[in-house]
Amino acid sequence: MTTSGSDVSVESVVRGVVARHRDQRGALLPVLHAVQAELGHVPQEAIPVLAEELNLSRADVHGVVTFYHDFRREPAGRTTVRICRAEACQALGADSLVRHARESGLTLGETTADGSVTVEQVFCLGNCALGPSVEANGRLYGRVGPARLGSILNGTVSS
Amino acid sequence: MNNSSDSAVTVHVPRDSAARSVGADEVAQALQDAAARGDFAIDVIRNGSRGMLWLEPLVEVVTPQGRVGYGPVAPEDVAGLLAAGMLDGADHPLRLGIVDELPWLARQNRVTFARVGVTDPLSTKDYVEHGGLAGLRAALELAPADVVAEVTASGLRGRGGAGFPAGIKWKTVLDCADELKFVCCNADEGDSGTFADRMVMEGDPFLLIEGMTIAAHAVGASEGYIYIRSEYPDAVATMRRAIGIAREHGWLGKGVLGSSLDFDLHVRVGAGAYICGEETSMLESLEGKRGMVRAKPPIPAIEGLFGKPTVVNNVLTLTTVPMVLAHGAKAYQDLGVGRSRGTQVFQLGGNIARGGIVETAFGITLRELVEEYGGGTHTGRPVRTVQVGGPLGAYLPTSLFDLPMDYEAFAEAGAMLGHGGVVVFDDTVDMAAQARFAMEFCAEESCGKCTPCRVGSVRGVEVIDKIVAGTHRDENLALLEDLCDLMTEGSLCAMGGLTPMPVRSALAHFPDDFLGGRRLLEIHPVRATEGTA
Repeated sequence: MTTSGSDVSVESVVRGVVARHRDQRGALLPVLHAVQAELGHVPQEAIPVLAEELNLSRADVHGVVTFYHDFRREPAGRTTVRICRAEACQALGADSLVRHARESGLTLGETTADGSVTVEQVFCLGNCALGPSVEANGRLYGRVGPARLGSILNGTVSS
Repeated sequence: MNNSSDSAVTVHVPRDSAARSVGADEVAQALQDAAARGDFAIDVIRNGSRGMLWLEPLVEVVTPQGRVGYGPVAPEDVAGLLAAGMLDGADHPLRLGIVDELPWLARQNRVTFARVGVTDPLSTKDYVEHGGLAGLRAALELAPADVVAEVTASGLRGRGGAGFPAGIKWKTVLDCADELKFVCCNADEGDSGTFADRMVMEGDPFLLIEGMTIAAHAVGASEGYIYIRSEYPDAVATMRRAIGIAREHGWLGKGVLGSSLDFDLHVRVGAGAYICGEETSMLESLEGKRGMVRAKPPIPAIEGLFGKPTVVNNVLTLTTVPMVLAHGAKAYQDLGVGRSRGTQVFQLGGNIARGGIVETAFGITLRELVEEYGGGTHTGRPVRTVQVGGPLGAYLPTSLFDLPMDYEAFAEAGAMLGHGGVVVFDDTVDMAAQARFAMEFCAEESCGKCTPCRVGSVRGVEVIDKIVAGTHRDENLALLEDLCDLMTEGSLCAMGGLTPMPVRSALAHFPDDFLGGRRLLEIHPVRATEGTA
């Protein structure tokens, strides 16, 4: 993930992404996923460019970006850890994982001050028979207890 | 895989993401490292999962007697297994026997999941050798109306939860005169406790392609979309690769299998919104908009994606269609009970000893699923409740465990089958907390279009808090009842309309939990069986 510093490069990234996806029907979601993949988030400066390129109002684009949980307005930490809090994982103590994260000084939905970790909640990773489940940087872990979550958070579990 | 030779032993290690979540990649790597060092040759095939998830990673060795299973295998077990003679199917404490003969699997009636876990998901050769394309070839010999008639005659109902007959939906689309029509697969499997869509997409992706292509022929559609939730990156990657392979083989594109059918397929990825599992929200999302529910009518079959006639079906519905065409409507119709025909793919999850996929004819009871297949709880404590049908489904007490799994029987008991998810809780669960969570989840995931859902769910959390705190309990119980009525009657879709189901069932079956007494029992021990990856 590269995080861009200047508006000019945000603009060029966004225009490049749109050019690649323009022939798709209803391209905004694929475009937003691609912008986020390149920039690590969907910066505010991207919105007017998207609106212009896709012939939408800025309000429309803003509405879509803010509707979906996946799209970030700010960069995430270098590691993103998502703890599943849906019912199947609750049944095996997902809340104890959240508590463990909190006791380690990590708040759900926030990034640590040093930019190392973002901890989030997610509702269902589709691993409901092997819960509690956690996902870290795109990798899924099953049967996660507090000790294993600690290793994931400390990066001692390879990912 | 570079050890391939005549003497190489074929070893299967699942690539399914549940198996990977407990170390399947590391096990496969350990096997290949050992082969690279030692004097034996193996071909490692990354199959799907058989769905016996408590045995994952389940390693299967092909022997003259059949596929011998070992599991659950940790990477550090590999050296010992090889030394014990695993490649000859030899005995070892982790040896399970011939996998096809394991009672948990052998008792099932696998129709949709027949190939999942058996084959290499991306091998076209495996697919065809195991009966793939037979349904599509049969369909292409028939006129579209005859394909629709066959699906209607099979009694196949939508497996996404609503249970609407698939054939009737398809006929509506077929009868529309538009030039452009779509087939959309709703693969936004957001319900907790459901993972069958993910497993079939990861484990047998050509089956979904085949089912959607049959649907396209049946209704006259030229384009298809598979809308997969972003929480399933492995399913997204597998489906995309499978579509590419299918195009190369002429299974998609211009003149499918040499016929006059032109049909192409695209994968779209959701962006973390539960509501997009609702069909009209999904269509809005596919159009690049906020996933807001549409009022019906018009129904999507007539005005669906971009205003065009559209088939919207769930993964399991579409992946059942090839069997119906290959073996005939009667073969499917002969399974099941009452108006619930065929098989259902039940998914056992939560606090369960033997969780996974149980595909069986409708009519099986909860008791058989939870006690016989599931073996009780993972924690070893007594089962207290089971939530069936996802976060909008009812919590059922063990006194209702003899209820047969069929759409009508469940509806009568104030519950629903939904997508077949069964989530088990032990006796430490606090049902007032679960009811509160149902409202909280609705507040978090509501699309916001209807006031009863958007605001009612927030009020629901507050009212439940007051009841548990003992504040004007009777008045607040009456208020909660009124709120549940309003949400049920006043919401456009199932999000607001069904959130009262878990709340009311919790209240009806576990009223004591709302008296504030169970707070003391806040223990959820996770047993020391943490994965090894």
